[in-house]
Amino acid sequence: MATITAGLPTSYVTSENTISSWLLTKDHKRIALLFFASITFFFFIGGIAATLIRMHLATPEGLLQPDIYNRMFTMHGIVMVWFFLIPSIPTTLGNFIIPLAIGAHDLAFPRINLASWYVFNLSGLVLLYALIMGGIDTGWTFYTPYSTLFANGYVIAATLAVFINGFSSIMTGLNFVVTIHRLRAPGMTWMRLPLFVWGIYSVSLVMLLATPVLAMTVLLVAMERFMGVGIFDPARGGDPLLFQHMFWFYSHPAVYIMILPAMGVVSELITCYVRRPIFGYTGMTYALMSIAIISFFVWGHHMFTAGISIYSAVVFSLMTFFVAVPSAIKVFNWTASLHKGSITFDAPMLYALGFVLLFTIGGLTGLIVATVALDVHLQDTYFVIAHFHYIMVGGTVSAFFGGLHYWWPKITGRLYPEMWARMAALLTFVGFNLTFFPQFILGYLGMPRRYYAYPPEWQAWNVLSSAGASILAVAYILPLGYLGWSLLRGERAAPNPWRATGLEWQTSSPPPKHNFERTPVVTAGPYLYDPEDGGFIAQNGAVNA
Amino acid sequence: MDHWIQFWPRTAAVNGEVVNALYIAELAVCGLILMTVVGLMFSFCVRYRAGSTASRANLTEKTWHWEIGWTTATLVLLLIGFVWGAAVYIWLYKSPLGDLEVYVVGKQWMWKMEHPGGQREIDALHVPVDKTVRLLLASQDVIHSFFIPAFRIKHDAVPGQYETVWFKATKPGTYLIECSEFCGTEHAHMKGEVVVMEPAAFALWLRDQGVRESLAQEGEALFREHGCSGCHGENSTVHAPSLVGVYGGIVHLQDGSAVRADERYLRDCILLPRTFTVAGYPPVMPDFSGQLGEDDLVKLIAYIKSLAR
Ligand code: HEC
Ligand SMILES: [Cu+2]
Ligand SMILES: [Cu+2]
Repeated sequence: MATITAGLPTSYVTSENTISSWLLTKDHKRIALLFFASITFFFFIGGIAATLIRMHLATPEGLLQPDIYNRMFTMHGIVMVWFFLIPSIPTTLGNFIIPLAIGAHDLAFPRINLASWYVFNLSGLVLLYALIMGGIDTGWTFYTPYSTLFANGYVIAATLAVFINGFSSIMTGLNFVVTIHRLRAPGMTWMRLPLFVWGIYSVSLVMLLATPVLAMTVLLVAMERFMGVGIFDPARGGDPLLFQHMFWFYSHPAVYIMILPAMGVVSELITCYVRRPIFGYTGMTYALMSIAIISFFVWGHHMFTAGISIYSAVVFSLMTFFVAVPSAIKVFNWTASLHKGSITFDAPMLYALGFVLLFTIGGLTGLIVATVALDVHLQDTYFVIAHFHYIMVGGTVSAFFGGLHYWWPKITGRLYPEMWARMAALLTFVGFNLTFFPQFILGYLGMPRRYYAYPPEWQAWNVLSSAGASILAVAYILPLGYLGWSLLRGERAAPNPWRATGLEWQTSSPPPKHNFERTPVVTAGPYLYDPEDGGFIAQNGAVNA
Repeated sequence: MDHWIQFWPRTAAVNGEVVNALYIAELAVCGLILMTVVGLMFSFCVRYRAGSTASRANLTEKTWHWEIGWTTATLVLLLIGFVWGAAVYIWLYKSPLGDLEVYVVGKQWMWKMEHPGGQREIDALHVPVDKTVRLLLASQDVIHSFFIPAFRIKHDAVPGQYETVWFKATKPGTYLIECSEFCGTEHAHMKGEVVVMEPAAFALWLRDQGVRESLAQEGEALFREHGCSGCHGENSTVHAPSLVGVYGGIVHLQDGSAVRADERYLRDCILLPRTFTVAGYPPVMPDFSGQLGEDDLVKLIAYIKSLAR
């Protein structure tokens, strides 16, 4: 890293260069990079599992042994959910950008921030142990009594990994909540916060409130398996459905943990490349917060066929429909934000547009599965798989890549190669749709999830899906190449290459160790872009600078 | 089955037709919304691309009436979808009295079906066409999910409880049964088929199974073997309730609650007698959990059900 930025004024990267200055750093920017390294590693582990799954499913009888296949989808789920998607945007882009965006010098608790990274890696090690020792085959949902009494495999190690991982989430969430409450620069009122900060704020609340329930749940699974306490075992008077209630009480909000920060990122990208204020800023903040709140009251929609009472199912369905209202507001507002803009189609914007489309499809199909009667048919089929991948991969991962490109110059001080990046964005969109759209059809045809073999008449759609997955793989590996190249060869970035309004652009690229020479004073709302002459007013009042 | 690509599943039950209608309606609405969003995005992107001459004057500032407008519009559309879906769901899951009742027990990795006449099948279910068939689902081990795509019905089979689901097949033929809840190594092969037959053919099939005893008769034997009759029989000296006519009625329990005596209740009485003690009786009924498999329970319950008043 030293050679890369040599010759620049000292930045957070160059200020100190010992190994311990990285491993013991309390600088949120360096910790963000540490998290980057960890989650990229896990993204590729989860990706390898996904590749094997799609290769396997290209033929009806597949190429892996059933037990291996079952271990693959379990690993894919656990790794992608807890070791990539949930931490992805908050711990990397959030960690790096939030203090800069609110004009702070660091997060409120720099040591807790570092501890969060260590805890995360510890949980990762435990998970790798489970994986290397032989893996587990319960699915990422750990349903009882299969996980407690029947599964053979390293269930205890895996649940322990998830348990430990939760503490990392809680620490990070806590840190953001306190930071956003306490460390905003003078003049940065709540209604001047960029939507990315709102996104991270809302998600941090959900992390804080929901994760402890997950920790309890997986701990009970481990205890039941290890010591035979009869919480979920019907033979001992326990209730297997209790597990599902507890698990989804966390895991439904977890879906929003993944999507809320993505919504924040996309709002930043769209306004910047459309060069106009976001349409309905206030509505957007209310929408984020109400999604976060309603997300706690819909967990039962995962259990419509599980034997909960008919009437509670209907109530959960109604609550789920309500989530669609703020989600729809967001989609409409993003669309309306294109109106009378002056739009350029740089890679981050392409990712953002892709996000809006894929999120819309994911959201609309979410309504279909929220319709109780349709869920009877669709529950546990590929329709559900396609639906949540549209939200979590089409949505969150697109936003993550969009945000990564957008803030890349700020993080590294280098510009990424635009043409390559646009190509990756397009490939992501095409590959994604080809992979997951056929799965909606397979779902309605009745192909259940977690099937290592399927009737031959479903092969055509599976082949298409696997072909799409190979395009998607290229689209995800490509950035590794050209972003790596840009680290060494990329053009040096100016402090504000996109002429954006956020405070993070009012300091050098990459920022100095303490972020700002002088604490900025905020005098303007976010997104004061003028589409007529392309000008803008940054949040500290600077005009066109 | 010989088509190399399938676009739409077969529909062979009244349940399926109702679900199809709802699905098509929702697909249409979703398609419309998606097209609107895509259309607007596309036209804005073209019209307002950087450098285009379109006027950017008078940016919409007062946004709330737009927002309230489309919020209400979505809300109304959503409520329609919700109400329709809920109504169909209640109809799908409120199980009617069937013309025919079949017990289905899931175990790793097979489906065992038991007809009231005592006919047994594994991974196959023969039913008559145009008759309401009510299934009682139980599981011997982990959670499974009984799924017939062509009928659009599914219900989890949860260990420790009975679930019911019903269908009314409309077309004779053979359709796939699947397990849709992951249940271990051979989950993908926990399959079977429903064979829908004309009533006459079905009657023949039932007769050809060479069954001597009905489920209830087998249950009666078990009732004696396990000593149930010692307490519940007519000449018993123990103060235990007569089981004649319990099924379907309302039972008052010790704790003051009242429950309808369905299959789930009978099962709970046998396995968890301490939790379900009938009002006015001493809690002396032994706990049979661990002694009776799902198969035996099915027979005992069939017997108790046959004791109509
Ligand atoms: C030692 C005597 C005894 C034996 C043996 C016994 N029961 Fe019972 N049973 C009782 C008593 C007393 C009650 C009422 C109190 C209660 O509910 O626990 C009862 C209640 C029931 C009920 C609920 C009846 C109602 O009116 O709701 C059912 C069903 C039942 N028993 C079935 C069985 C079956 C099946 C067996 C054999 C496997 C069996 N019992 C064996 C004594 C016995
Ligand atoms: Cu959910
Ligand atoms: Cu199964």
